[in-house]
Amino acid sequence: MAALTPISRKPVSFYVPVVAVAGAIAGLFIGTAQGSGLLGAVAGAAVLAILAFAMTQFVDNEKPMRWALLALFVLGGGLLGGPAGLVLGLGFGWFFGWFIYWLYEGRYRAKLVPYLTPMQVLWHYAFRVICGAILVFLITPILVVMPLSFNAEDFFTFTPEMLRFDPAGYSLKHYRDFFTNDDWQNALRNSVMIAPVATLLSVSFGTLAAIGLSAEHVPFRRAIMAILISPMIVPLIISAAGMYFFYSRIGLQGTYFGVVLAHAALGIPFVIITVTATLVGFDRSLTRASANMGADPVTTFFKVQMPLILPGVISGGLFAFITSFDEVVVVLFVGSAGQKTLPWQMFTGLREQISPTILAVATILVVISIGLLTTVEMLRRRSERLRGMSPG
Amino acid sequence: MSELKGSGQQTSDAPTPEDAFHEAATLASREQTHAPGATPDGPVLAADGTPLKRSLNRALRMQKIRALGLIAPLLIFVLLTFIAPIADMLFRSVENQIVAETLPETVEVLADWDSDSGEPPSEAVYQAFYVDMFLAQEQKLHTRLGSRLNYEQTGMSSMFRKSGRRVGKFDTDTYTDQFTALDPSWEDPASWVAMMDNKANRAALPFTARSWDRWVAYLESEGDDPAKEDIEDFLFTTLYLDLVETGGSGTADARITSAGAATGDFETVSLTEQFADADKDWVDPEIWRVIKAFAPKYTSGYFLNAVDMQKTPDGIEARPENQQIYLMLFKRTMFMSLVITFSCILLGYPVAWILANLPSRTANLLMILVLLPFWTSLLVRTSAWKVMLQQQGVINDTLVWLGLVADDARLVMINNQFGTIVAMTHILLPFMILPLYSVMQTIPPTYLRAAKSLGATNWTAFWRVYFPQSVPGIGAGSVLVFILAIGYYITPEIVGGNTGTFISNRIAYHISSSLNWGLGAALGSILLAVVMLLYWVYDKIVGIDNVKLG
Repeated sequence: MAALTPISRKPVSFYVPVVAVAGAIAGLFIGTAQGSGLLGAVAGAAVLAILAFAMTQFVDNEKPMRWALLALFVLGGGLLGGPAGLVLGLGFGWFFGWFIYWLYEGRYRAKLVPYLTPMQVLWHYAFRVICGAILVFLITPILVVMPLSFNAEDFFTFTPEMLRFDPAGYSLKHYRDFFTNDDWQNALRNSVMIAPVATLLSVSFGTLAAIGLSAEHVPFRRAIMAILISPMIVPLIISAAGMYFFYSRIGLQGTYFGVVLAHAALGIPFVIITVTATLVGFDRSLTRASANMGADPVTTFFKVQMPLILPGVISGGLFAFITSFDEVVVVLFVGSAGQKTLPWQMFTGLREQISPTILAVATILVVISIGLLTTVEMLRRRSERLRGMSPG
Repeated sequence: MSELKGSGQQTSDAPTPEDAFHEAATLASREQTHAPGATPDGPVLAADGTPLKRSLNRALRMQKIRALGLIAPLLIFVLLTFIAPIADMLFRSVENQIVAETLPETVEVLADWDSDSGEPPSEAVYQAFYVDMFLAQEQKLHTRLGSRLNYEQTGMSSMFRKSGRRVGKFDTDTYTDQFTALDPSWEDPASWVAMMDNKANRAALPFTARSWDRWVAYLESEGDDPAKEDIEDFLFTTLYLDLVETGGSGTADARITSAGAATGDFETVSLTEQFADADKDWVDPEIWRVIKAFAPKYTSGYFLNAVDMQKTPDGIEARPENQQIYLMLFKRTMFMSLVITFSCILLGYPVAWILANLPSRTANLLMILVLLPFWTSLLVRTSAWKVMLQQQGVINDTLVWLGLVADDARLVMINNQFGTIVAMTHILLPFMILPLYSVMQTIPPTYLRAAKSLGATNWTAFWRVYFPQSVPGIGAGSVLVFILAIGYYITPEIVGGNTGTFISNRIAYHISSSLNWGLGAALGSILLAVVMLLYWVYDKIVGIDNVKLG
């Protein structure tokens, strides 16, 4: 959206107090950390009010002023709190430089409709801050794990060395442990052996069934769908209990094959859902055209239908893969020590011997899931583009 | 995903046999009135001469069969690997064959005993019990039965274990000695095999025949030859009892009839006393009332236990106050799932709104922040929360550094309900945001502007115009989150401690630690029923084939 509202510079009586309040909040944090919150708040408010006033009233040149402020904050932070203060100063300096001019120039109104009242403008930004906080809540736990996995100590928290950005505070020892420890390597091997086979099973059965399900006339379609989706809905602990009872009756409990079957069953709903979704946009006259030209059903399937629904099949497969790769409850019950998978090892690691190697594994898994997410997202876009549903 | 139902008159896509069928039907009715070419009431014919209606019906049927043929392998696969286990669990929650299987004779005789008499059962019950116990301890089944009955009456496990050791040393060798004194051939197992092959002998010695069959079945399962194994005291006991009863009449075997004539002078052994010697509780009628109450092959006992009731010989009653935990756990599971669902709505609604109202480029970027946790391993997120919330963890450290919390008064945020709720809200939040987002995307932003231009305040416009349209999204997300929350196991297990655990943790405990499978299955069945009810609701609100992923 281009600027909707003409913007004008705001009076000193508006932006200086607002910046002072922001400065007071920042000062409060630093102050409490140093021992006196009240002093910090007052000092922060005073310093920022003066700075804001000086920067806007005496010089009318935004860019150099923002750089100067940044330099000031970084210097101050570095002198007061070492490397950590440096980073903090960088953040604060950039923010206040932007914030002062954002208010002073009235830029905050530029993208909003002109008829909004000041309260509505305030609410607009307050709402964004709330949403930002929620998104931070969503992402923080994942981001916190990553640096902690490079901890040189066996702690689950940041050591003073890490906060000082001292290279001695960081190490790859947890990664080394993961790659050399037999327990973890066995677990990794088991996961890699179980997940692809389970995925293959659920994808091959699931794709066939999805094609059958999206035909025009399927008797009991709803009931069949309900049964096929149920592994996703039934709580894992119930599936695990049932499979434990039943598989031990038929001698599958504690075997590789049993775990693969159980995981394949759990992955099926994801394949069904994604593939049927892809098939909605599939033009059925293509298969008829192919049949018309003399192709038998198998050729039609592999040459005409499969290439078109492949993105859906692959993303369904990825869902099934991650389901199996992540799964711990069912394997805990259906598997035995010989089928200990990565999540199982993590689970025991969390419950019994708390070892920070978990954090290294977690980081590796996050990287894997970022890769999977990117793949699925790209496939989805491609499939939508093929169906002409989205311009991008 | 859009509508995918087999809707009859689908013509937008490509013609289908059914479309043709409808066409033909209309055509036929039109031709009834004015048909220029065809005979007035003859049916419309296909190219090969069969009536069009029939050939179209056949095509339709073929199509249905082909579709079912494609679905069948998966359906069978799911039925075998998933539905059958669930059915097995449901079955285990009521099955109680262990008593009737381990003590078949006892259960039959005990049926005649009046459990309200306050008297211990008659000698006949102890005689039957002796045979059952002997065979059970040979097969090492008595301890299993003991631990099963221990769920109902504490102390029974040790009674069974103790008596199992004693039952082989009962004074019943008196009978053995007396029979062998009468005719040494009684000691020869091969003669027993021959004797028990004879129909008339079996009819004359019914109890012995039944016990002999069980004994032989056991020996054969062990790979032993019944013709070579010593005849145990219990078989002589049953022989004596049978002979006292029938006198051996109806058989041509001289050994039996002569023994039958001699039994009148035999020295007898009271099995009631033998058992009372082994453990005095065996003459306590209470023990027998429990056995009788749990003799049927199917029981509601596990279900009653799962709702803090118990089946006593006097009927159904509540468990003692200090043993009531399951209702509390169910209530806690429900309550915490509700809190989690509400937190998810509270946190998910603004985010979904902003995602739906931002320009698509920014929205896609922010969407990554929602999808990344969704794709990240559950254990990674749980361990992250463990790292964040523990007393020496990141949050506490930050608070201490800021001076908001004293170093010696760090907050306890883990191993309690708070930890579970925070971690699970985080884990389930994407499941709320995604359905809300997809619903909000379809609400035109112009509606809000229209409401405001008509004079509505911000709040009225939101509450009266926007919110009602987003309710389906809230419904879909809430049911999904609630279903997922109610059955969670991993996260409560790791961050829940004692007060933050769910019913699923108890189920896992009963299956893997206490080995009370029946109770675990009953708790699971109740949980399953709740989830199925919600699944049905979800199906009504959203439709199962409208589930979206990512």
